[in-house]
This record gives sequence, structure tokens and C-alpha cells, in this order.
Amino acid sequence: MKIHITVNEHVEEHDVEARQLLVQFLRETVGLTGTNIGCDTSSCGACTVLVDGESVKSCTVLTAQADGSAVTTIEGLAGSDGSLHPVQEAFREHHGLQCGYCTPGMVMAAVSLIAENPGLDEAGVRLGLEGNLCRCTGYHNIVQAVLAASASVSR
Amino acid sequence: MIPASFEYLRAASTAEALSLLAEHGPEAKIIAGGHSLLPLMKLRLASPSVLIDVARIRELSYIRDLGDHVAVGALTRHCDVHRSTLLQTEVPLLAHVAGVVGDPQVRHRGTIGGSLVHGDPASDLPAAVLALGATLVLTGPAGTREVSAREFFRGFLETAVEPDELLTEIRLPKMDGAGWSFQKFNLRAQDWAIVGVAAVGAKAGGGIALVNMAATPVRATAVEQAVAAGASVVDAASAASAGLDPPTDLNASAAYRRHLASVLVRRALHEIETRPSR
Repeated sequence: MKIHITVNEHVEEHDVEARQLLVQFLRETVGLTGTNIGCDTSSCGACTVLVDGESVKSCTVLTAQADGSAVTTIEGLAGSDGSLHPVQEAFREHHGLQCGYCTPGMVMAAVSLIAENPGLDEAGVRLGLEGNLCRCTGYHNIVQAVLAASASVSR
Repeated sequence: MIPASFEYLRAASTAEALSLLAEHGPEAKIIAGGHSLLPLMKLRLASPSVLIDVARIRELSYIRDLGDHVAVGALTRHCDVHRSTLLQTEVPLLAHVAGVVGDPQVRHRGTIGGSLVHGDPASDLPAAVLALGATLVLTGPAGTREVSAREFFRGFLETAVEPDELLTEIRLPKMDGAGWSFQKFNLRAQDWAIVGVAAVGAKAGGGIALVNMAATPVRATAVEQAVAAGASVVDAASAASAGLDPPTDLNASAAYRRHLASVLVRRALHEIETRPSR
């Protein structure tokens, strides 16, 4: 079927199978491999991207369901001059990663969380990231990074 | 994991969805957020030959004050139910429960109607609408009919919705400031409840419903009767699993579930007593 999805402000028009998952579309059709596949069962959050500004798990969305939407992946966060998004900057500053596999999903989930919840506290960050797993268990610095990003955005 | 092939159709209105259902019959499945159906399809536990996407039917996404009750369109997403100030004020149990389903990403996609028609006894919202005494509106080729939440859940993943019908609206009686509680016991964030309890105070009908204690969400009738007869919280809660045959699975044995049900009902009844009502 023919679909039309804006990915990181770039219009993508493709003919895809109805059963194609959004994460496959992003990785294989568009060629953006920053979005990782983790559990493939909507548990781990590694595949989190934004659809029309809201975080979703792209392993559990059909490309067809996102037809006509605007999708933002980790590749679309930084400015065209290479300047990091405030959440990326905070993850770097606070070393919010260990092996890095969960990081794109964590960052995208955090962008959506911060946009929806101004003035997050630590409990709010921990609860708000319940859909994202870090198997290195590096949560401490991730939470610090998201708190810092939340504060910097509201300044 | 990739689902088996299917034909994908999109409906722009309730009428179009019903006509596609009539055309394709029981081979077709309705998809809204897809967060119950797609995991089943990826595991090939479900392989419908036609998917009818109803997620863009705007006329079925709303939350309206209708005097003595609040009407919620079946395609209203969990995040929108959770954030609704009308529901937070008039049906706070439902607003709360919508905010504990899955995780934020799931709540951005999942819909209240999708959760109810999936009929999973381990899900949170079915027990909430059962405790609240909600009415579900089904729309089919012959028009609409109303089914009480008590008659809606028929068996494991089985509801009163006929193959040619859609769940279109959920009508929730206002709670009138009654106390309420939702207890969800799980071992990991975002897991389904091993056992859960949705309960409302007498002013809202005194309904108490259990999650994951049977093949369907069920009312804890023995507890409701004991509370109405003036029993103490501890005595009433001890009847939590009366007449029930809870499942044994990887998470818990039936005996553990029975114990958990009485503990969680006790906590729920305490919370109803202590939560300030208006």
C-alpha cells in the first residue's frame, strides 16, 4: 500500500506491505537505524519514537497506522548545525548511558515526557520512564539527565 | 516478529466501519490503537485476513458531561481519559485507572474501547467499568443497544460484541464524591496486575471488581454484600475470593491469588473509608 509519512521533516512516500511495522519502515525502508529493536513486544521501549509529537513504541505500530503522520526519530532531534537537543545535551552532560542500546528510546521517551509534564520531579521521571528498560541498570544517571533537561527546558 | 499478511482497510466513520465489517464478516478484526491486537498478531496467535483501522473515526473520541453520567467515546485514548478534568472530578476512579494502564507510550495509542472489547481479565479498565456499573453502547447494522458492564464480559477474551457490531460509547455514572480505590499488585512496573481491585464507596453503588481472579473481570459479590450488611473491613475482605476459581500461572498460584485478593480488598476498603469524599 502507498503511504506518506514525514520523517524528521522529510517527506517519505513508499509502497509498503500492510503488515510492515513502523520500526522496520524507519530502519529498513528509510534507512534510519538509530531506532533500535529490543524486545519486539512493546515492553522495553528501545524502539520509542515520536508520532505527531507523542512517544510510541514503533515495534507495535503498523506503518499503515502512521500514514499521514509526522514521525521524529533520534536522528531528527539535533539542529541542522549539529547542535544537540537539550535532552541529548543533558544525557551527555550527566552520562545518562552505559552500553547505549536503550539510549535512543530513553531520549525520545524523555522528550515526550518533558513536553507533557512541565516541572518534573524525580518520582515523576522514574514513573514517566516506566516503559523504558535499561539492562545495564544505569537508571540513576538517566534520571539525573532527564531532570536536568526538564529544568533547562522550563528556564 | 512479523504478523501474517492481511488486507488493511481504514474507516473514516462509524457507518463506514460497520459496512466494512458487514462486507468482510468474521475474518475481519477491528484495530484501534493496536496494543492488544498487534502483539497477538506478531505471535501469530491471531491472524485476521482483514484489518479495519478505526483509529481515525473522530466522532468516537470524546468525553461529554450528560448530567447524571459521563459519556466517553470508545476511541478515546487512555492518556486523554487520564488527563480529562471532567473525569477526574466526576469519575475519578476511571481517570486514575487509565493512567496506570501499561506505560506512557502505550497510553498514547491504546483506547478505552479497545481495552474493553479485548476482554482481558488481567487488564485494569474492564474491572474499573465493572465496579462503576457502566453501560456500554454497541452499534450494529440494526442500530444501537445498551449492555451493562456486568453482562458485557462473557468469557476469556470474549465479550457481548457481535461480529457485526462496534463498541461505540461507555456511559459512566457520576461518582457523586464517593470514596474509591484501585489496587494493582505487580512485580515490575508496566506489568499486568497479578491481582487487582477496583472499588467505589456506597454513594457510587459500592461496586467492587477484581482483576485477574477469573476468566473475566468479576464483581466480588460476597464482599459487597458483607459491606452492605455492616461487616468490618477485615471480615468483608476475607470473602474476596468466595466462589471464585482463580488461575494458576507463571506469576502466581491460585492460593496466592486468593490471599492477595483478600489483602488488596482490605486495603481498598480502608482507602475508601479514609479518602476524603466531597
